[in-house]
Amino acid sequence: MSLRVSVAASAIGCAIGIPVGALVAIARFPGRAVVVVVLNALMGLPAVVVGLVVYLALSRSGPLGHLGLLFTPGAMIVAQTVLVTPLVAALTRQIVEDADGELGEQLRAMGLSTLQRARTLVFDVRFSLAVAVLAAFGRAIAEVGAVLVVGGNIAGHTRTMTTAISLETQKGDLPLALALGFVLLAIVIVVNAAAAALRSHAARRYG
Amino acid sequence: MLPILIKGLTLLAGGRAVLDDFTAEIATRGITAIIGPNGAGKSTLLRALDGLVRPGRGTIAFGPGGRSPAPRRAFVFQKTALIRASVVRNVALAVEAEPISAAERAARVAAALERVGLAARAQDAARRLSGGEQQRVAFARAWARRPDLLLLDEPTASLDPAATEEIERLVVALRDAGTKILLVSHNLGQVARLAEDAVVLASGKVAEHGPVDRILKHPASEAARAYLKGELPWMSFAGVS
Ligand SMILES: Nc1ncnc2c1ncn2[C@@H]1O[C@H](COP(=O)(O)OP(=O)(O)O)[C@@H](O)[C@H]1O
Ligand SMILES: [Mg+2]
Repeated sequence: MSLRVSVAASAIGCAIGIPVGALVAIARFPGRAVVVVVLNALMGLPAVVVGLVVYLALSRSGPLGHLGLLFTPGAMIVAQTVLVTPLVAALTRQIVEDADGELGEQLRAMGLSTLQRARTLVFDVRFSLAVAVLAAFGRAIAEVGAVLVVGGNIAGHTRTMTTAISLETQKGDLPLALALGFVLLAIVIVVNAAAAALRSHAARRYG
Repeated sequence: MLPILIKGLTLLAGGRAVLDDFTAEIATRGITAIIGPNGAGKSTLLRALDGLVRPGRGTIAFGPGGRSPAPRRAFVFQKTALIRASVVRNVALAVEAEPISAAERAARVAAALERVGLAARAQDAARRLSGGEQQRVAFARAWARRPDLLLLDEPTASLDPAATEEIERLVVALRDAGTKILLVSHNLGQVARLAEDAVVLASGKVAEHGPVDRILKHPASEAARAYLKGELPWMSFAGVS
């Protein structure tokens, strides 16, 4: 459950966050500085607040209430996507902007449009972006506040590893909570090791 | 599409005039050198000519009477900007925005790689190449664009003599193919070998513009004399003057 929700949320977060971050990085438009500040601020959104806002939106009287998503895995995906998308967008913005400083003028001299430049730069920094994506996944899978509020921690339905851990801790079943904690930790470590391996492979292969 | 008519070009940056009422008429053919001390505004001039920076005042016009459309351009920067991808993919970027078929794009890229002697390295990672090879990737990009005007910003500044010679051969080949070339270089031996005329730039202004031989041997302006005097030890070493 944890994995599926967090993978789905990270995938959606990347599909939105990477293009948005890349365009904010290289496009010049009025209000851009404000967008950058807002993105960076959203990156640090408290999970519980996101959960609350998504809860209100999805609750029966909320604007998206008719979807009937509340206390379903769908609601957890929505909440984690809201959590993760700004993180991906802000990190992408920073990474692509740095690459643009190095390559941007050459790309413009070759007549590439804003979209073509965004695509080229995202491709250039693909290995650094993979790390950003994993950071997003890490945030999604490790957080408990948002999924608890909108998912409800229903056994076998919306219970995730993190919500199970907090529940078992409250019930006093510390060994079970700890065991779950170790599994979660292992997942995060494996994911990060994969990221490190990818990066060093990329550095050797492409310089 | 040429000559280039530059009138009153003025560009402010960091609170001062990087280009200051720069005015020159640059001939239709051959290689024109842009020389002058660091910070004189040479790179900025090339960037303005390529439309990468917008001047605050002044005009750049092309063709007799300044009525032609802007020529097809290519720019080789001092530091080659390569993406983390193969050589061929890096060169393909140069024609990505061209309104031609995919087949013609591929053909142009292949011909350009052949021209600079990198056909066998096409699949190698571009950033892993030596400095001289990386600069040849930059020239392959330029070649693939079939430019009428080529802007070269210190294209051999960080290369060893052998690599410099290869790049100079490519510059001559491009000129012989009919491309007008503006060459920024501190290598006065190179300027003497390649260019017909030279513009001496000092503090964003034209100090002097004339035939290379005459300017190198008998500079008329104080700015050109001062610049050349600083470079003299190098020149005699290169067997010029
Ligand atoms: N965008 C900019 N902002 C501030 N200063 C700039 C900018 N572009 C160029 N300059 C300054 O203008 C001067 C001329 O730069 P440049 O054209 O690179 O000179 P050159 O190529 O002749 O060495 C330098 O002092 C440089 O610091
Ligand atoms: Mg320069």
